[in-house]
Amino acid sequence: MEKQVILNSRHFELTIKRLCYELIEQHNDFSNTVLIGLQPRGVNVVTRLKSQLEQILGKEVLCGTLDITFYRDDFRRTEKPLIPSVTNIDFVIENKKVVLVDDVLYTGRTIRSGLDALLAFGRPQKVELLTLVDRRFRRDLPIQADYIGKTVDTLVSERVSVEWKEIEGEDKVVLYTPESNEQ
Amino acid sequence: MNNNLSVEHLTGIKDLTRQDIELIFKTADNFKDVINRPIKKVPSLRDITIANLFFENSTRTRLSFELAEKRLSADVVNFSAASSSVKKGETLIDTVNNILSMKVDMVVMRHPNPGAAKFLSERIDAKVVNAGDGTHEHPTQALLDAFSIREALGEVEGKKVVIVGDILHSRVALSNIYCLQKLGAEVMVCGPTTLIPKYIHELGVKVEHNLRKALEWCDVANMLRIQLERQDIKYFPSLREYSMQYGLTKEILDSLPKEIKVMHPGPINRGVEITSDVADSKQSIILQQVENGVAVRMAVIYLLAAKIERH
Repeated sequence: MEKQVILNSRHFELTIKRLCYELIEQHNDFSNTVLIGLQPRGVNVVTRLKSQLEQILGKEVLCGTLDITFYRDDFRRTEKPLIPSVTNIDFVIENKKVVLVDDVLYTGRTIRSGLDALLAFGRPQKVELLTLVDRRFRRDLPIQADYIGKTVDTLVSERVSVEWKEIEGEDKVVLYTPESNEQ
Repeated sequence: MNNNLSVEHLTGIKDLTRQDIELIFKTADNFKDVINRPIKKVPSLRDITIANLFFENSTRTRLSFELAEKRLSADVVNFSAASSSVKKGETLIDTVNNILSMKVDMVVMRHPNPGAAKFLSERIDAKVVNAGDGTHEHPTQALLDAFSIREALGEVEGKKVVIVGDILHSRVALSNIYCLQKLGAEVMVCGPTTLIPKYIHELGVKVEHNLRKALEWCDVANMLRIQLERQDIKYFPSLREYSMQYGLTKEILDSLPKEIKVMHPGPINRGVEITSDVADSKQSIILQQVENGVAVRMAVIYLLAAKIERH
């Protein structure tokens, strides 16, 4: 696998900051807006956005995590059963503006499941989508993000991985390309 | 962590490994969260059809299974022996094969004969979940009991559990013994000599005939119902005498050195094995057991359904 850093830690931080200001532009003081991260890796994005937003706004921003396992469309199509992680939405989303957050937007299937899962909690006024990395031209479903950290053009054989200081040791986005003889 | 069950059917706890049980619990945690949402339903099993075959009466278990199936979005067909062709002389295999030719993926069965679920699982092309086979096993009940202990006390490992009452006729007792032991709990059975199987100590359980001593030893007391319908002879002089010797009252409960949890698989005979004030006390986790029953059954069905091959 050939490795290429497409967002280093400095740009990573800038991107998060920019996304926060874009969010504030649309949602003012977040009095009627909540952020919901999709398990597992969207949660990391939410954690980062939350602390940055709270620093800028000086007030608490409501955040939750959503697990979509039971709503996925590939149950029984994979070898192993899908084991869920935790959903934690301890507020009412009825009539709220919800920003769904994930790390990489690829086929759009995760977001489709996420929308289904979200609606089981009530009827939000509006749902938007934020993604740190958008692998455009690779969608299986007609789903687009409202806020995008970085857009990349990729092949199916490539893999995009968002790495975190808390987990992998460094904030960065990496593109893995199989070497030509692997293909 | 391994996220696949080691079995193809759930015929008894005896066949499960500790990892299986822990996987079921972990999955049930998520389903418990789901059934407390405004919309208590997930679409996972929308292409699966499940038949509930009840050759023996049941209210709670049947309702609980049906709810679990519906909350997973499975299609459900119900069948009860009282209103079926079994009365006209059809054999079990024929009945089931007829139902399966209608494209059913999973069968949940309760049957009065021990081993019926295993018998079926070896002969049909569908997943089988045992919902009680005679006096043999009732695996989902044991799973929800252990799940409720884990919820109430934090863990099952190292806990002391006494099962009181009609051990001889109880499938709940046998499944509970297997399940609790696999999870590392100590198990004691308590009841009149006539209702304790002679060689039960070979399963590694303690035997006690004095209720007070048993209660002083334990962290959790699981009070079983006297199954008069399975008793063809008299095992004790009268229900009144049984309840004086083995009935759990508020007085005994309050006089114990520590606060124990009280469980009951239902249906309760108030005033026989347990008095009303105990059943309704804050030490009782009977209603939590019922709630957990749905979540645990959802987990079992979900994990078995994942093993159904797509056609």
